[in-house]
Formats: sequence, C-alpha cells, structure tokens
Amino acid sequence: MAKMNMIQALNSALDIAMENDPNVVSFGEDTGYFGGVFRVTAGLQDKYGLDRSFDTPINEAAIAAMAIGMAANGLRPVAEIQFSDYIFPAFDQIVNEMTRLRYRSAGQYTQPIVLRSPWGGGIRGGQTHSMSPEAFFTHIPGLRVVIPSNPYDAKGLLLASIENNDPVVFFEPKRMYNGPFDGKADGALASWANHPKGEVPEGHYTVPLDTAEVVREGNDVTVLAYGTLVHVALSAAEKSGVDAEVIDLKTLTPYDIDTITTSVKKTGRCIVSQEAPRTSGFAAELSAQIQEDCFYALEAPIYRVTGWDTPYPHAHEWSYFPGQDRFINALKSVMEAA
Amino acid sequence: MATNEPRYRVPVPNFRPGDEPDFSHLNIPAAGDAKRPSVDVEGRETTALALGMVRVLDHNHQAVGEWNPELDPDVLREGLRHMVLTRVYDERMQKLQRQGKMSFYMKSTGEEAVSVAGAMALKNSDMVFPSYRQQGILFARGRDIVDMMCHCISNSKDNLKGRQLPVHYTWAEGNFFSISGNLGTQFPQAVGWAMAARYKSTDQVTASWIGDGTTAEGDFHGALTLASTYKAPVILNVVNNQFAISTHQNMAIGEAPTFAMKGLGYGIASMRVDGNDFLAVYAAMQWAAERARNGHGPTYVEYFSYRADAHSTSDDPSGYRPKTEARAWPLGDPIERLKNHLIGLGEWDEERHEALDKELNELVVKSYKEAESFGTLHDGPLSPIPSIFEDVFEDQDWRLIRQRQDLGV
Ligand SMILES: Cc1ncc(C[n+]2csc(CCOP(=O)(O)OP(=O)(O)O)c2C)c(N)n1
Repeated sequence: MAKMNMIQALNSALDIAMENDPNVVSFGEDTGYFGGVFRVTAGLQDKYGLDRSFDTPINEAAIAAMAIGMAANGLRPVAEIQFSDYIFPAFDQIVNEMTRLRYRSAGQYTQPIVLRSPWGGGIRGGQTHSMSPEAFFTHIPGLRVVIPSNPYDAKGLLLASIENNDPVVFFEPKRMYNGPFDGKADGALASWANHPKGEVPEGHYTVPLDTAEVVREGNDVTVLAYGTLVHVALSAAEKSGVDAEVIDLKTLTPYDIDTITTSVKKTGRCIVSQEAPRTSGFAAELSAQIQEDCFYALEAPIYRVTGWDTPYPHAHEWSYFPGQDRFINALKSVMEAA
Repeated sequence: MATNEPRYRVPVPNFRPGDEPDFSHLNIPAAGDAKRPSVDVEGRETTALALGMVRVLDHNHQAVGEWNPELDPDVLREGLRHMVLTRVYDERMQKLQRQGKMSFYMKSTGEEAVSVAGAMALKNSDMVFPSYRQQGILFARGRDIVDMMCHCISNSKDNLKGRQLPVHYTWAEGNFFSISGNLGTQFPQAVGWAMAARYKSTDQVTASWIGDGTTAEGDFHGALTLASTYKAPVILNVVNNQFAISTHQNMAIGEAPTFAMKGLGYGIASMRVDGNDFLAVYAAMQWAAERARNGHGPTYVEYFSYRADAHSTSDDPSGYRPKTEARAWPLGDPIERLKNHLIGLGEWDEERHEALDKELNELVVKSYKEAESFGTLHDGPLSPIPSIFEDVFEDQDWRLIRQRQDLGV
C-alpha cells in the first residue's frame, strides 16, 4: 500500500497497464514528454518510449479517430482529451464510429479504447474548463461512462477500463485530483493523504465496472452521486442529521440497478445528483428508472440536486455548484415530503 | 529511456531543458528579400512568399525593401507605445494573478507586434476574431484599460458579468468578437462574418488569429476551405510562436516547410512574415486588407515569432524547454527592434523610452487602483448573483425562474 493522490493513482494504473501489455499506448495533447497538463501521464514516455506515450497535434476528432484505427488493428489506446470541455470535436467519431463498430460489423471489429478526460468544476476554470458533459455520452449505445471519486477507485477502475474490450469514456473529477472536496468553497484544502481511499496498492488490481458502492449506510433516504458530488453528499449527510444512505455510482452506463433499487426500496426516498445542468442530465435517467422500479416503495417524490440550466459561470462558480447547502435542503425537503 | 527506435516518427523539439539552444539551423531570409506583388495577385502565385519571409527591419534596424510601409514616425511611436503598454499591462496582471487577485492570466510577451501592428494596419471599423493572445489589439483600438482590468478581476464592472475567464475579452463596440476558450472554433466563424459583411455591401474586412498548434484542428481547414470557396474578404492569421503549451510547432506543421505553405493547397494568397518586425507585420496586414477590401479575396498569413514566456499562469515552461531559449531567438524582441529603428531615424532616444516605460507603468498601476474600486474576484462586489440566469435566452424560461428561486436570489 502507498499513499497516492488521484493523479498518482491514475499514473500507476497506466504504468501497470503498459508494463503488462505491449499493445497499450497512451497519447494526447501535451501528454508525452511533459506528462500532461495535470501530470497524469508523467514518466511514461521515458519508460516506454516515444511511440507508446506521445504527444498529438491539437485535434480531438483526430485523436479519437486514431484511437479507433489503432484499436481496430489490435492496440489498446488510452487517449487523453485535455479537458472534457474539449471533447466535442471528437463527438462524431465517438457517436457514429467508435461506439457502433462492434454492432455494425457484427463483432468483426472491436474497440478496446479508453478516452480519459479531466472533468467537472470547482477550480475556477470558467465555462471552458468546468463542464460535466457525461449526459451527452450516457445517451450513446455501446459506450461505458466511468467516473471515479477517489484514488483507490481511480486506479482500479482505469485498469478495468483498459482491460475491457469496449470503449470507455473515463472522466476524472479534476477538483479532487489532489484531495477530496466537501463542497465548501471557503473550507481548507483537503489531501488524500489522510483519507482511507488514498491508500492504494502499488500493484495490479481492478475495481469492477458496472458496479456501484454504498459508501454510507442509512435508512431514511438514498442519495445517488458520482465524482465530486460523492464527497459533497457524504458531508451533507453528516451535517444534516438525516440518516442517509449514499451510493457512489462509479459507472454511469451501464449503471448498477440492483444496488440502487435495493437501497431505495429500503429507504423509500431518493435524491439524485449531478453537477451538470439540470435538464436532460443523468439524474433524470436515474429518476425515471427508479420511478419505474421502485414506485410502490417510494414515500416521497424523487428530488434532484443539480447545476443550473446555464453555462458554468466563472465568478459565481459557487452559486452554480451544487454544494452542501443544496444537498442539506434537499435532504430536509425529501424527509418533510408526505 | 526505452532503447528501441520509435516505430513511427514522433516529432520532438530541437532543445530540451539543459540544452544550449542554437537556432543557426533556421533558414531566415534576409530583410528586404521578399517581393511585394500587387494586391490582386492570384493566390497560387504567392509560393515564394509562403516559403520565404516578409521582413522589413534589417540587422541594423533599418527599413529596407519593397514591403517597407514607409510609416510616419508618429505612427511608429504610437505603435511602440501600444506595444510597451501591452507588455507592461501583461507583467502587472501576471503579478496580480500571483497575488490571488484573479483566477488566471495569459501574457503575449514577445508577440506584441503581431497584434498591435496588425490592428493598426486595419481600420477600427474592421472586425477582429482574436485568440486569447492578441490583447494588443485592444490597446491599439483604444479600449479603456480600467474596463479591461475589471473584466480580468471579474468585478461588478466586468462587462462580461463575471462569466468568462480573464483575458477572454468581448468588446462589440470596438468590433472585437467574443473570445472563445475552445481552440480554432472562431476561424471559420470569421469567414461567416466576412460573408455577411459582403452581403450587407459594406467594405468591412474581417481578421482572425489562431496559434500554430491550433492549425491542427478541423476548424482551421474549415476556415480555409470556406474562405477559398466564397472568396471572402477575410484575413486568416496564424501566430507561430513555436509552442502550443509544451508541444513544439513541429507537432502541428508535419512535413510542411512552413505553416504559410498550407494555404497554397487551398489556392489562397499565403505569406510568412517576421512576426517580431513591426513594419513587416504592418505591411502584410495592410496588403491583405487592401486585397480583401477590393474584392480580391482572402489572405492567409503566418507570423514567425516566439512565445517568450509561459503559456499561461498555469504553466511552467522550464519543464519542457531551455530557460535561455527566448534570449537565443534569432528574430529578437519586437519592442527592442522598433525602438532601435526609431532611434536610428533620430526620432527616439533612451531617455524618452525610459520616460514612456515609467509613464505606462504608472498608468497601469493607477488604472488597477481604479479597477479595484469596483471590486475584486475574492472580496467582491461582483456582478449581482441573479445575473447568472440572464442571457441564457433572450427571456428567462420557467426553469431558470424556478432555479433562481431555488438558489434564493
Ligand atoms: C478544442 C481545444 N482543445 C484543447 C484546448 C487546450 N489548450 C488551450 S491552449 C492550447 C495550446 C494552443 O497552442 P497554439 O494554438 O499554438 O496557441 P498559443 O497558445 O501558442 O498562442 C491547448 C491545447 C482548448 N482550449 N481547446
């Protein structure tokens, strides 16, 4: 075991994957010599050579397309999109090509690809370094969307994603690269060094895909969260005095329906959350499915805690971000509801 | 280091930290060499300009050759002033960022001539679609410095209501488009603007700037395709400052001998210009604007320059290039070169330069005091919180009204 922050844990996963499988290659804008603007790929070029860890020209569509060609021809590319806000030039390649190749070729070609990308807000990045675009991707058949919330899961989920034979979009909550975040903008900066999930095995292990985890047990209400909001939800649950059960989804598509419905049937109440704008977000999908599967167990409407239907503002970041207060209000409301 | 030869070529820069930078391999044409064709030349006839380099100031700081725009010393002094102001402003803002006064900053050090001379050669009524590194245009167009600062510190007087990262200015009154953080997107938009200008029968010219790294984006090729197809009155500029964050320009240029050459495939008049030579930049932009205004179509220009400082306040270039590289850059510093030219003409001297520096430093310090009186990012006041729900649509829909109520503002 070693103490790792999320950057080190992801780097360790890449290192192990490249060590174990000569077909794993890593590339992206500034990811080669420099090791990425967040340093996730640091040291890999030195260790594995120029043609296994390299820089690309600035063209996200071409990065995705290159991964498609390489993967179809037997490699296992792990490509970085520098910020998830910049993934959209690659959208056509992902929607129409990468995620359909297995289907349209009736399994003759496959796409073992991981697209990693720093994701989410809370770093005063303004509208082009703060987005949570996961819902655009959860809508695509044939694509896994994975979002870890801590170093231990980040490493295990990344290794599982690389070893999986289908394409994965792997979003990394950049606000938590260096430490967990409880959603209080003015609070002290936390570090993973004092967090149990900052204890990471140095060797190979995986955290299962498509599997959620109950990270806080409770009886009164189920709170579904992923990425940055897992920690916000946990802190809010502590402070609110409500006996909330918090579930970290980890994989958004396909989501772990059993863990979710078991919990909601137990608690009878549910809050779904996302940092992204409210309308047509992933929380809406969860809400609809829970309503279908758990309707007769529900004692209150399902509440959503989300960002607003606006672009991510810069100066007023903390009025946009769904922080502790908004979770606490939702917890109280859902408990007071009939 | 892995010992195997890479199985495909992955370009690497010539120098890494610790290396002694030596640019003697660069084949830099002499000032005055380039021929100046008439503005109605066919695009395909500009090969020599795309392979060569338009340069006016020679190593003795004298203006030579056909491209000499023969500017009045008053205009040169004005250009010098805007460039010095740009640099002083950048320095100050970077310091303030370090002190926590703003979230982020991007300097244009070493590239001031590209934006200042380019803007001065255009009319103020011409439209510009800059990237985040052409703040010099704002000074050349006379934007109020306090207003610029209020944007950067996101206070109550920020004309963008705190919605954008610092440096991502918008100034419609000054015909300055809204800068996007997404690279390349605005290059083809500039062509659309230029077509609309034609549609409305104005003689407005439109210019856009991107960096060398951004030429790899599909939107770069979209812009050149559109400009070539519709013969739009647009000037498409690539500032080759040698770097895209940590990545050397050779990652974007591929096998092309120059970025300027890439325009020729589209049949667009293309040229490479010494980007640290105020007079050459001015002359090229003036030529391109005249060409566009007279209906002869687009021009595509590469400015050969060097990013003398970090990419942004989030970057530390000592991790990927020698610290001494900027000093070794063979095309010098744009401010020094124009200053020396003016001195050579007997139109300037060290004392006046020092006085200018001092005056502009004082102006920037005084302006910042005033800007701060309208608030700072951390201590406020900011634009009112409910403003985050404005301008999403023309009118707020029920969702935004509800969300505003939920937020309790
Ligand atoms: C679509 C997109 N991809 C990636 C980025 C991240 N990014 C910001 S600036 C930059 C480098 C741009 O380099 P260049 O075009 O040479 O311009 P310079 O910064 O040198 O002026 C990158 C990769 C972005 N802003 N937008």
